[in-house]
Amino acid sequence: MAGASIKEMDPEHGVAYVREAPIEALPPPASERGALGWLRANFFATPLDAALSVVLLLLLAWIVPPLLDFLLFNAVWTGKDREACLVGPDRPEVGACWAFVRDRFAYFIYGSYPVAERWRVDIFFAMLAIGIVWLLKLNAPRRDLGAFYFFVIVPIVSYILLNGSEMLGLRRVDTAVWGGMLVTIVVAWVGIVVSLPAGILLALGRRSRMPAVKLFSVIFIEFVRGVPLITVLFMASVMLPLFVPEQWSPDKLLRALVGIALFASAYMAEVVRAGLQAIPKGQYEGAMAVGLSYSQMMRLIILPQALRVTIPNIVNSYIALFKDTTLVFIVGIFDFLKAIEAARIDPIWSTPVTSTTGYAFAAIVYFILCYLMSAYAKNMEARLAVADKR
Amino acid sequence: MDQKVIAGAPPTTSSGDLAVEIVGMHKWFGEFHVLRDINLTVRRGERIVVCGPSGSGKSTMIRCINRLEEHQKGRIIVDGIELTSDLKRIDEIRREVGMVFQHFNLFPHLTVLENCTLAPIWVRKMPREEAEKTAMHFLTRVKIPEQAHKYPGQLSGGQQQRVAIARALCMHPKIMLFDEPTSALDPEMVKEVLDTMVQLAEDGMTMLVVTHEMGFARQVAHRVVFMDAGQIVEVNRPDEFFAHPKHERTKLFLSQILH
Repeated sequence: MAGASIKEMDPEHGVAYVREAPIEALPPPASERGALGWLRANFFATPLDAALSVVLLLLLAWIVPPLLDFLLFNAVWTGKDREACLVGPDRPEVGACWAFVRDRFAYFIYGSYPVAERWRVDIFFAMLAIGIVWLLKLNAPRRDLGAFYFFVIVPIVSYILLNGSEMLGLRRVDTAVWGGMLVTIVVAWVGIVVSLPAGILLALGRRSRMPAVKLFSVIFIEFVRGVPLITVLFMASVMLPLFVPEQWSPDKLLRALVGIALFASAYMAEVVRAGLQAIPKGQYEGAMAVGLSYSQMMRLIILPQALRVTIPNIVNSYIALFKDTTLVFIVGIFDFLKAIEAARIDPIWSTPVTSTTGYAFAAIVYFILCYLMSAYAKNMEARLAVADKR
Repeated sequence: MDQKVIAGAPPTTSSGDLAVEIVGMHKWFGEFHVLRDINLTVRRGERIVVCGPSGSGKSTMIRCINRLEEHQKGRIIVDGIELTSDLKRIDEIRREVGMVFQHFNLFPHLTVLENCTLAPIWVRKMPREEAEKTAMHFLTRVKIPEQAHKYPGQLSGGQQQRVAIARALCMHPKIMLFDEPTSALDPEMVKEVLDTMVQLAEDGMTMLVVTHEMGFARQVAHRVVFMDAGQIVEVNRPDEFFAHPKHERTKLFLSQILH
């Protein structure tokens, strides 16, 4: 403000300072603009930054080319059996054996579900996809109907569809032959569908003024959270049959589903509780003062706000749950990972690269599904940030 | 603000028709004795301003009237119904008692109109159309009908507080409680809220107002209640209260706030 001080000193004017013309906005200096400015700001801002950038670049140069070689350039795309993926005179180096994945793809998706009945699984996937899109698209019409469809209709219809029903002329398919992505999706979806309502009830129970309800919620949440999922699954599949008579003993998959649902509910309860705690006391008072009952207050005022702020955390627990479903193979259930596991030791496709290919495929599939969920959560967070500025 | 006192003598004692009756009420927060032997009756149509230093228990007292706080001893009778832990009675009383808070407590996820129609629809079981008509009527009265479809976060503090008043009025309450309604507002918004409250007073609403706005008290109140340390220290007509305070504590308080 050199100009200002000069004028300030000027004895003739006698005023402190008056601006006579506004200052026009100027573009930033050249070093701040363009690709060069961007590089400088993001990669070479300080000597430490520059060093880190160089190290990372070297690391990428070391990892990426061989990875691409394996996954793409040296990969085998077609073939009928292991011969296609063996090192031979015309093929000095063999990358991923995608021929194996293509050959076994149906098995990865359906497990041993009878081939003639697989259309039922396809319908199940389609129904689920419709429900997910309906619920997740914020401007979709009648999302309340969508919730009813997703949480009530789809479970009932898909139970009948997948399990079979003599009455409707659908052949019974024992859960023992279910497998692959079908089982992974069923387990994850049951966990997701059960854990949100159950978690909300447990969270409300934990904040309840009724001592019995509160005690039950706290004991349940803390007990389940204090035990590893594997233990819960073992409990569900080994201990449960001890308590109920043999002919009543539920199906193996069902037992695992119960275990996963209990586990996910306890975690969801804590996520929802965090959301409830973020709601200021004034909201409760405002709701009570206009005469709303407890359930109306929760349903209309508190939960809508609490769940909105927790959506990213809810999706986060869904991602964790989705990956945790792989643990069901420990109690002998054929999920997606287990299907790959079984296929890779099949002698027909036994080559040095089969296992690596199978695991790479599993990693890619899990990554894509989890990334979709986290991308949605991120998008949701951005929308909420905009909504909060209103 | 013009200091014209609202016409209308306080309702006569003979009517015997009491809106609120508090008898020998005590309250403790843990070991701390916040309210001590409170006795106060409010007649229908009467307007009472409660003032006193912070921490004197004035907010707690009016929050006891719609059971946002629970009293431990004594009786509170609102509109002929005694407050007990019976949830049905509490709901009944809350339907008849409107409340306006210092921090508005509007529901941020609902529009202004939805804020106003929520309770009539869910508590009074009013059809949506009728509730919206009522809401627009009161939003017009508080002079913000054009904001009906905005969210509370888009309004200024003064506008939000006027919405809060409209929201309470939509339940057609018999009694209105105001808990420091202007304390959280920017100075230039205080007047619009006070004007709304004066208008409400002119319509004959029974009002209990906790406030530091002494001009408002002078203009609107039938009686001024002064509280200190959890006790009612002095109750008087506003002209007497301001001109000739009796109690030492009242004199000190007034000398500090009326420079």
